[in-house]
Amino acid sequence: MTAFLHIFIVLPIVGFILSLFVPARKEDIMSKTAFGTVGLHLLCTVGFIGFWILQGHPTLNIKDIVLFKSTGYEFFIDFCFDAIAATYLFVGSFLTFLVTIYSRAYLHRENGYKRFFNTILFFYLGYNIAILSGNLETLFIGWEILGISSFLLIAFYRDRYLPVKNAVKVFSVYRIGDVGLILAMWMSHHLFHENITFLKLSNYELVHEHLQSHSWIGIFISVMILMSAAAKSAQLPFSSWLPRAMEGPTPSSAIFYGSLSVHLGVFLLLRTYPFWEHQLSVRILIALLGLSTTFIATGIARVQSSVKSQIAYASIAQIGLIFIEVASGFEGLAMLHFAGNAFLRTYQLLVSPSVVSYLIREQFYNFSPRESSIERFFPKKLQYTLYMLSIKEWNLDSLMYQSLWNPLKWAGNKLNFLTVNRTLFFFIPAYILGLICLYFENSIPQNVHAYLPIFFSLLGLLMVLKSFTERHNTPMSWLLVIMNHFWIALSISFNEHFKFNQTLLYLSGIVVAGIVGYFGLLRLKSLEGNINLDQFHGHSFKHPKLALIFLLACLGVSGFPITPTFIGEDLIFSHIHENQVALAFFTSLSFIIDGIAIIRIYARVFLGPHVKSIYETAYRSS
Amino acid sequence: MKTLNADFNEHEVLHELKHFLPAQAPLKDFIHHNTLHAFQHLKFFDALNSASEIFGYKVMLSLEEYRSFYASKRISEEVLERIVYERKGSKHAAEWLEKLLSKPYTHTTLPRIGALRAHWKKQYHVDLDSLVHPLLFRVLCSYLDQGISIWNFPVKEQSFLSSLRELEKNSLMSIFRGKRAKQLLLETPCEIKDLLKTLIGDEALYQDYLFDQQFAHQGWAGMVSSIEDQPQTLLDPRQISIHDLIVVELLLEIDALDFHHGSTNWLPLSEKGHHPPTPLFAKVHHRELHEVLTLWQEAFEWSYYDQVLAGLKIPKKQKMEAPKKSFQAMFCIDDRECSLRRYLEEFDPACETFGTPGFFGVEFFYQPQDGKFYTKVCPAPVTPKYLIKEVGIKNRRQKDIHFTKHSHSFYGGWLISQTIGFWSAAKLFANVFRPSMSPATASSFKHMDKFSKLTIENKHSDHQENGLQIGFTIEEMATRVENVLKSIGLVKNFAPIVYVVGHGSSSVNNPHYAAYDCGACAGRAGSVNSRVLSFMANHPKVRTILAAKGIVIPSETQFVGGLHDTTRDEIMFFDEDSLSHQNKEYHIKNEATFEKALDFNAKERSRRFESIDTSLSPDKIHEKIRLRSVSLFEPRPELNHATNALCIIGRRSLSKGLFLDRRAFMNSFDFQVDPEGKYLLNILNAAAPVCGGINLEYYFSRVDNQKLGAGTKLPHNVMGLFGVANGIDGDLRPGLPSQMIEIHDPVRLLMIVEHYPEVVLNTIQKNPATYEWFINEWVNLVAVHPDTQELMVFRDGTFVPYAPLRAQLEAIENLSPLLEIHHENLPVYSLS
Repeated sequence: MTAFLHIFIVLPIVGFILSLFVPARKEDIMSKTAFGTVGLHLLCTVGFIGFWILQGHPTLNIKDIVLFKSTGYEFFIDFCFDAIAATYLFVGSFLTFLVTIYSRAYLHRENGYKRFFNTILFFYLGYNIAILSGNLETLFIGWEILGISSFLLIAFYRDRYLPVKNAVKVFSVYRIGDVGLILAMWMSHHLFHENITFLKLSNYELVHEHLQSHSWIGIFISVMILMSAAAKSAQLPFSSWLPRAMEGPTPSSAIFYGSLSVHLGVFLLLRTYPFWEHQLSVRILIALLGLSTTFIATGIARVQSSVKSQIAYASIAQIGLIFIEVASGFEGLAMLHFAGNAFLRTYQLLVSPSVVSYLIREQFYNFSPRESSIERFFPKKLQYTLYMLSIKEWNLDSLMYQSLWNPLKWAGNKLNFLTVNRTLFFFIPAYILGLICLYFENSIPQNVHAYLPIFFSLLGLLMVLKSFTERHNTPMSWLLVIMNHFWIALSISFNEHFKFNQTLLYLSGIVVAGIVGYFGLLRLKSLEGNINLDQFHGHSFKHPKLALIFLLACLGVSGFPITPTFIGEDLIFSHIHENQVALAFFTSLSFIIDGIAIIRIYARVFLGPHVKSIYETAYRSS
Repeated sequence: MKTLNADFNEHEVLHELKHFLPAQAPLKDFIHHNTLHAFQHLKFFDALNSASEIFGYKVMLSLEEYRSFYASKRISEEVLERIVYERKGSKHAAEWLEKLLSKPYTHTTLPRIGALRAHWKKQYHVDLDSLVHPLLFRVLCSYLDQGISIWNFPVKEQSFLSSLRELEKNSLMSIFRGKRAKQLLLETPCEIKDLLKTLIGDEALYQDYLFDQQFAHQGWAGMVSSIEDQPQTLLDPRQISIHDLIVVELLLEIDALDFHHGSTNWLPLSEKGHHPPTPLFAKVHHRELHEVLTLWQEAFEWSYYDQVLAGLKIPKKQKMEAPKKSFQAMFCIDDRECSLRRYLEEFDPACETFGTPGFFGVEFFYQPQDGKFYTKVCPAPVTPKYLIKEVGIKNRRQKDIHFTKHSHSFYGGWLISQTIGFWSAAKLFANVFRPSMSPATASSFKHMDKFSKLTIENKHSDHQENGLQIGFTIEEMATRVENVLKSIGLVKNFAPIVYVVGHGSSSVNNPHYAAYDCGACAGRAGSVNSRVLSFMANHPKVRTILAAKGIVIPSETQFVGGLHDTTRDEIMFFDEDSLSHQNKEYHIKNEATFEKALDFNAKERSRRFESIDTSLSPDKIHEKIRLRSVSLFEPRPELNHATNALCIIGRRSLSKGLFLDRRAFMNSFDFQVDPEGKYLLNILNAAAPVCGGINLEYYFSRVDNQKLGAGTKLPHNVMGLFGVANGIDGDLRPGLPSQMIEIHDPVRLLMIVEHYPEVVLNTIQKNPATYEWFINEWVNLVAVHPDTQELMVFRDGTFVPYAPLRAQLEAIENLSPLLEIHHENLPVYSLS
């Protein structure tokens, strides 16, 4: 029975790969591929869950392929199936199935019909990996796939300005969540000295024993998990991304942001519940976060005058409540609430265009000019202030912007003195010097040696900062991202006797993807001339193939699970000691910015309104 | 930056600006109109050139598209040559043909709009749009919102500006980032001129700046402007004006610049040295590419027109006129009724059909039972003095829990998501596999209850409500019936039953539902109107008056109202119980004819629908068409006016026997009844703006779907119940979504009038507003001489003879095989 779990992963993989080979004009074959994949998946789900319940619903766990192994470190894929996974599996299958059929006719004749179904299947693959995962590492693979497919679906209308801008925005928030997960994995690795499975987490004695002596580590891990969950489930302070993600075709918004994607934060909490169950402070924190999100999001939902943003905020408020339910230990209630909320919001979003005729008719028959809401009884000052706050979404959006982008931009702008030549002249010799030092590592004084990793990781951070704020030279910006990884590798090599083959593992994907991406950019530059980063260029309009290749290169460089770098990333962190907060901070920060910088390059160069078509481009504001 | 001093006249500039902004009303009152109405005082192609250079619109198809049409013979070689010879003379014809067919053109000039305002980004490195728009749109939408939000704008009884001032005064949270803008709002009168002084400096640039600013979000600006002009279009009215919008936007811009540069660290736009861009309304250049495209467009249009005109000239087989008509039926002139009429005539050769604008000449406000408002059901420019109320309905309106706002509060939401949430899953499942009518569906049959009574007759003149007379007096009824009958030429040979069939549509998940209903009824279904006219024509006292005027309606003739749902292809008849025994029998027979015609009509329509197999039997297809109309996932419930290209004003005999592929508006008219063109004038006064407006809206939405249309409807988000936008921060999208126009061929309307050319010429010149459509070539006009069938084209103020290039049309006997194979627009065939 356990082995049967594989089918839930294999099916979407096969479907996704098949869908890539369908010719773009064959709508029928395309939709049948998607429909067949998801339909079969749903059948298996129903059958399997039925059988599993008859068997007395045991918790299943399956340790799969070990992807990498060295002394004290093992990276393996692990799957787990219990009531939580069953609920998510069923709701996901059911909704994706309906939405696939729905979209078959709905997207008829739309440019990007194929792209849409490719992305849906890719998303579906990520979703299944995430919800069936048995350890954080496997979960992380699914998590990353979800992030990138979200980005692609928000930017589905890639020739318009706002979808692309919002897609980058949402991706940045997701990136914070990703790093939360990386840091949680890092610390839990040090805590348990292994890549622990969720199954083992429910072993109270084991967890308790480890946490007793390291309670702050436990809190750190829990808070990182919470950060990750809050980002994915649009809780405070990240909430403003959810309404902005509603840029794709309505069914994709419905399934992603109305139901499945946005509830994954809840899933993460449910999964890790045994870990933080006995940390009272964490439970209070989660409940408080949920509570404040519920209140604020409800207020914002009440003033929304557009139908999709209203549903988005109402959904966020419900997820806030689910957070409280999880924190209070009502697992069953939380799952019921998740399923109901997912169904309700999907349906509400799908019928949202009907709201005009329906509500106008209601208004026509039931209008009263002074319909008052409860807020009318508040004192005027309070009423107006709250209204204004809610209209401005409590400044959450500008807060994200100011606290995330502005400091980065500020720091990056301080590096304006760095030109291509200066960078190469200074940093290449510096890197060589670093390598020489590594070779003669033993002769470096102990107190200097201790600071070298931090110093090098700081240099790496500078690289990505510069890359992130570079406005003109795109290939240079790309190279800086690559160089960052080299600095990180160097810095970690100093930190611990990091074996050469591990460095190779880490850098292999990056080097290959980096070279591909670099030549892709050069090629585009020779074809199109200007490809600076000051504006969106929309070159995917004319060069869709190049855009795809470059996207793959971006994924490779950012440690997406298509190259060994993905494992390398995790490995790198396992060599940072639990007391090296500064090193962990710099490295994780450079991972965050690194991802954003890469996606920024992709978006600016390949997405947005095509610069060379004056006509047939939409207004920027539309 | 220095330019000549020019005075800024705020009133004039705002007036001019409003003229250019999109004039689309809120969704519930969606009415087709000429998208470029502001340019209508110019000749069509000159107007296109100006609109393209000033506003950057794409105004014709692309050169590649025309060339590919030529390659595929959709543009005929002979027609192209003829056009080029006529326009360029035989001397230059070869040279121009060469240009049309093979010269490469690159088009790189930027539009003038936005050039001035672009200096913020170039010189000041500030992206004003992204700092200002999201907040501005949100505040504006919240103020105008008609019922989406639960907590409404706290101050809505005052004008937009005063409301904001009131809010700002009493709130601890400001909409502004800095202090200066807030002070300006609270402590100064906020004259546009003063704000522009701070922002721009040079008065000569004010006008262009305001155009740039408002055209950066023409959707919102246009909506504000049209609500300002007709506040009653919002059921919950607001005092909004373009003036207030500009003031608020200027304040937000000042605030954004303060925020970006610090409040004293920036100079007005004109004081930072740079060259001013070309003034917006400076003389427009003539470009060769435009001329090339113009020739192509004309060749494209005439390739089609020529077939139609050739068809009109073909002598028709004079079929034996049936001695006695089985029934007569009046339909709307709408192009969607064109094929249904053809099938009725085919299945019952003894019947006769007519076309007239679908409000059937009766103009009034309608109030359904329990309705809190009056609905206008006549052409938009008319303001009726009458009110008709519905009483005694049987069906209750249904509700749908999914639209309840309680699901957005946290306790309500908590309960609902865990209960109704599961119900949603079931409903979604049901709708995906077996779509059915639901309260969410906008159905034309809901416009009026079939079994209700209407207050049509005015009993005494003081029976009034809010200044409107309830019902019509006998005299008023008689005038209206006479006008309708005479304008369509139905004054004798009445059949036992005369059907008056209005039309409407059904769709779900369609914010543009009003665009699918009857334009002549102000975007509503025509059911009430058809019933009202039937009532009037059945009234014995009305008949007495009519008889005195020479229209004798036999006493056994009865008029029956009906409603044709163009999406579902269903007809509902009203007041059938009042039919005489004999007529009831006829009616049952006729109903079967209608049913069969509707099935075949559904089949003909289905050739455009990918999801339906056109080779199935008509009744099976009809069933699928019905399902389609209630499917949530179907963005094309019907194709509305797509492919419209003709308007035929004349007797049915003129076009009978031609297959026009549902592309013609058909207005019945008999020149013998109206030798002086008195009724013709009324017909043209309505047909030119209505059909011309529909045609041009489709034209422009098709050629530039991004800037003049609404883009694809799939990501649309409903804003405040009056508009749609992409996502939550976007501009409103006026115009038609791509799903409505994708199969449309952008050709101007060809209006064909059957009357003596001198009478037509005389008639069109009577009303300057109507004449403008023809003299400036926004609508092409051909007169058909009723005696000789000679064709005369209206060109530069006179009628000149036109000889079609082809003498014959392909004749076909059976349509079915053709319909089953072809998706695309079909040529004109003669039906034998």
